[in-house]
Amino acid sequence: MSTRQFGSRVQRNIDPRLLRGEGAFTDDIPLPGALHAAFVRSPFARARILSIDTAAARAMPGVVAVYTCDDIGHLDQALPLLIPHPSMRDARTQRPLARDDVHYVGQAVAMVVAADRYVAEDAALAIDVDYDQLAVELDLERAVAPGAPAVHTTHPDNVAADFTQVSGDPETAMAAAQHVTRIRVQVDRSTAAPMECRTVAARFDAASGELVVWDGTQAPIGVRGGLASIFGLDEHKVRVIAPDVGGGFGQKVMFPYPDELLVPFAAIEIGRPVKYIEDRRENFIGSNQERTQIHWIELHATKNGEVLALKDEFLHDTGAFIPYGIAVAQVASTSIAGPYRIPNIEVRFRAVYTPTVPVTPYRGCGRPQSCFAIERAMDKLADELGIDRREIRRRNLIADDEFPWAREGLLFADGLRVSLDSGQYHKALDLVCDRIGWDGFAAEQAAARAEGRDLGIGLAFYVEGTGLGPYEGGHVRIHPITGKVYVNTGLTAQGQGHDTVFAQIVADQLGVPVTDVILVQGDTAAYDWGVATFASRAAVVSGNAIHKTAALVRDKTVRAAANMLEVQEADVELRDGHAWVAGTDRKVPLAAIATASNPLRYAFNEAAQAATQFAPASRHDGPALQDDQHPGLEAAAYFSPECATWAYGVHAAVIEVDRATLQVKIHRYVCVHDCGNMINPTLVEGQVMGGLAQGIGGALYERIEYDAEGNPTNANFVDFLIPYATEIPDVEIAHLETPSPLNPLGVKGVGEAGCIAVGPTIAAAVEDALRHRGGGRFDAVPITPSAILENLGTA
Amino acid sequence: MKPALFEYHRAASVAQAVDLLAEDPGAMILAGGQSLVAAMNFRLAAPSRLIDITRIPDLDRIAVTAEGVAVGAAVRHRTLERHDGAHAVNPLIRAAQAHVAHVPIRNRGTVVGSLCHADAAAEMPLVLLLCDGWVELEGPGGNRRIPAEQFFRMHLTTARASDELATRAVFPALPPDAGWAFAEFARRKGDYAIAAVGAIVQCDAGGRITRARLAACGISSKPVRLGRAEAALAGGTADATAAAEAGRAAATHVDAADDSIATAAYRRHLVAALTERVVAEAAARARRGTE
Ligand SMILES: Cc1cc2nc3c(=O)[nH]c(=O)nc-3n(C[C@H](O)[C@H](O)[C@H](O)COP(=O)(O)OP(=O)(O)OC[C@H]3O[C@@H](n4cnc5c(N)ncnc54)[C@H](O)[C@@H]3O)c2cc1C
Repeated sequence: MSTRQFGSRVQRNIDPRLLRGEGAFTDDIPLPGALHAAFVRSPFARARILSIDTAAARAMPGVVAVYTCDDIGHLDQALPLLIPHPSMRDARTQRPLARDDVHYVGQAVAMVVAADRYVAEDAALAIDVDYDQLAVELDLERAVAPGAPAVHTTHPDNVAADFTQVSGDPETAMAAAQHVTRIRVQVDRSTAAPMECRTVAARFDAASGELVVWDGTQAPIGVRGGLASIFGLDEHKVRVIAPDVGGGFGQKVMFPYPDELLVPFAAIEIGRPVKYIEDRRENFIGSNQERTQIHWIELHATKNGEVLALKDEFLHDTGAFIPYGIAVAQVASTSIAGPYRIPNIEVRFRAVYTPTVPVTPYRGCGRPQSCFAIERAMDKLADELGIDRREIRRRNLIADDEFPWAREGLLFADGLRVSLDSGQYHKALDLVCDRIGWDGFAAEQAAARAEGRDLGIGLAFYVEGTGLGPYEGGHVRIHPITGKVYVNTGLTAQGQGHDTVFAQIVADQLGVPVTDVILVQGDTAAYDWGVATFASRAAVVSGNAIHKTAALVRDKTVRAAANMLEVQEADVELRDGHAWVAGTDRKVPLAAIATASNPLRYAFNEAAQAATQFAPASRHDGPALQDDQHPGLEAAAYFSPECATWAYGVHAAVIEVDRATLQVKIHRYVCVHDCGNMINPTLVEGQVMGGLAQGIGGALYERIEYDAEGNPTNANFVDFLIPYATEIPDVEIAHLETPSPLNPLGVKGVGEAGCIAVGPTIAAAVEDALRHRGGGRFDAVPITPSAILENLGTA
Repeated sequence: MKPALFEYHRAASVAQAVDLLAEDPGAMILAGGQSLVAAMNFRLAAPSRLIDITRIPDLDRIAVTAEGVAVGAAVRHRTLERHDGAHAVNPLIRAAQAHVAHVPIRNRGTVVGSLCHADAAAEMPLVLLLCDGWVELEGPGGNRRIPAEQFFRMHLTTARASDELATRAVFPALPPDAGWAFAEFARRKGDYAIAAVGAIVQCDAGGRITRARLAACGISSKPVRLGRAEAALAGGTADATAAAEAGRAAATHVDAADDSIATAAYRRHLVAALTERVVAEAAARARRGTE
């Protein structure tokens, strides 16, 4: 047999093409005669639109069309609520172009279509909008206090959703507790900042009635459904292609953004292709963001530190609209107890409208916030009870033989139960402590202090529900001419390397080189069953669907090969692109088997001769295809998980706070993680490192700032500090592999893992470093030098 | 983020550049474009005409003479940074240049462009001020030189008239017995400084400070001399106590407000720490020089 591809460090198939600049992103798609769109965006966080004067813009040379809400016909309605939930009352979604009111700086008010983007921007500046500015409240806590200005008149309290979930019997457990730890923690707003901003291009062919849309989206099938429904077209007349996409991180799973409807609309109206390539400023003010939550969390414990009950109440900033429902807050609330047994939980959140860019998932999706809350609370509990921070965790972790650990009463973001399926939590904790040098650290810290250096150590555990349904599909076909294997699935890649890992899965089944497996994704004309890329689900859901499908094709191939080679099926081996008679050198190429599996009349090549009706290889009595047979070596299958599968990990860091600059220097960082069976450790490490880099951004650097009037003040790459490579330390990654019992491959998701636990790890370490100098708690991120100075109280 | 319509002219001589500038009140000089083009893309600047000066013969010269290092207006940061002759007479230049943006930006951005841009947190204006250098300008009315003390007016504003071209800047040589040091902190490597401090210190044989010059950027609306810190040092012994005292005095020069990168309180803390560090380093160098 060939060596197993699953689990090996296969190089990424896409890299050579991307590194040579041969990628084809939306802006690279040749669209002769294309027009370009630009938007007029609200300069106010809350205002009433009194008038819009487009006359000057319309008169400018090169301007083809200007649209306001009055010019877009049936599109002038609130955009769909993607994920309805009963906890929301009258959920607010925005209109493609604002009518009467604007609700955040950046909201689209008018669209210009012109010969090029330069003219389109000139014209957008020439549009005169008269606003009556209204009062705003940016502070989350004050926004829910009586009398605060409302973002929507329909919601005078600014509360978009109010939801409580309970597991066990928290009342009774809290009464029995001997100790209560309470803290308030806060995580601030950030943004995904993908390398490629969002993009949409559309072409409408009036003759065929076909609308083709290139969209840098994570959800082309969803976008197609939305477009077909809004334009009243048959789904087959709408083709959505997600070409190469330069990063998504959740920002591109949300749809439709206004431009995703307006660009196709203009292409249909004008009869010429139209393109919108979002620029960086627009990405900061027009594309969704995530993170701000304030938690008040309580741990009710015994004197020994066993946590009997957890009570958490949090405010979740949902921005000006809530198109994605409560997904982010729901993930946060159902992840709140982390890896700990904690059998009794009461968690309530209120999602709050604020006059800011709408909030939808960004890599992590609520988990960094809940991880920050529980892990900071655990540290505080440890301090208060005089127990080591590692030990307090050890006393509460779920043991290996206690899985599956169900949290009855909590429903995850897919509406299914929360049940931690497998893990080796204790081993992970021991491993991280071992690698970081937990036990010897006190001496190291003391020695450093003697030299006037402030060192600290921190650790944090996370769990991550991954691989959400409802389902994905796979379609596999062995190509009769080249023997290459074509694989389709409905979700799409934004740089992750799906093409490589899915190829590994298929290669193992069919005995072909990984490079001969060609993944086709992101084109609804090629394949259109499935959902989208989100929630660390590609490997779990598409991976298993493709695995199932490849096994079906394998069976077919073996059957056909046995027929051709005139041996028993058990004697057929698939390897090196051929079917072999085991133990001999007799073989037949997969291409020939694929050709022969398709009964032919015309012998267009040598292999095809074998498939024609007078050839001996196609021996059969009666019809060439039996009733239950399909031509070719091809199959389709689907995988639908019964519930999320829970990955987990532990991070630990040793940091130094520089006394002069108050800069946090990360000396050592260890990440132990477990995403079940790894298909490709190299790609897993890439995901973990990328997530970690974003986690470090959130822990130390990134915060979207709004002034009191709701203007973003750092909406650019100069002032919004995304760490450079120079700010990201070397990280030691250690893998554990506890298979998931919930799917045949035993895999769990890893896409978001890296970012989740960085905040509490760093905060704990900084706190540890500065306590001896009178530093207080660090219960908010990002931790900037200014925040450290304030904490030390020596300003 | 596309610029408004503009004309582009490539000037062949200083005279032509000055003429082109005089003709159109909306015209602007284009040097390395690393600040101006970004501003145009954000439509913070909308010049009707750009006059590219980077191909003007001789403007890309660095001349090291008795008066110091004369840097032509087309000299890229990176060229000056790597110039050994310049480094030999004024090592502050190389020390500061290492903090100006990233190598690809230094490959295109010009030193004189940086002075004319006059960002309050930029390093090269600080160095020019610290070394008591000047900028030479050419306008319709002839040429003049403006000392650094007067050149920088406030953030993004200089004493250059809008019809003048800066042709070169001169960074005087450091006295041979002077100790020097430069320190900066930015949150990310290559970013504009939250604060940077430079020092030139001379000591007598007994280790007493005979002359101390200190300047900082990032803490005010323009680069500033740290006069109170200089005064604290003058005539004293160059020891740790003196350095710490200079640091405290330096902090009193901070008048920048809180911004999204740092609070004013933090800038005070930082400039004190950086001053302490550069004073100690410069004094150590000066002592080594007099030994
Ligand atoms: C990512 C990034 C990071 C950066 N970080 C730093 C940093 O840390 N420190 C720092 O100091 N700079 C930094 N810069 C700016 C960089 O150093 C620029 O090169 C410099 O500020 C301007 O030089 P330039 O040649 O590019 O000027 P240009 O952008 O061409 O011009 C800047 C301004 O000066 C005027 N001007 C230029 N030359 C002349 C002249 N000879 N006569 C009259 N007017 C003139 C122009 O009209 C314009 O107004 C950064 C830039 C970027 C893009």
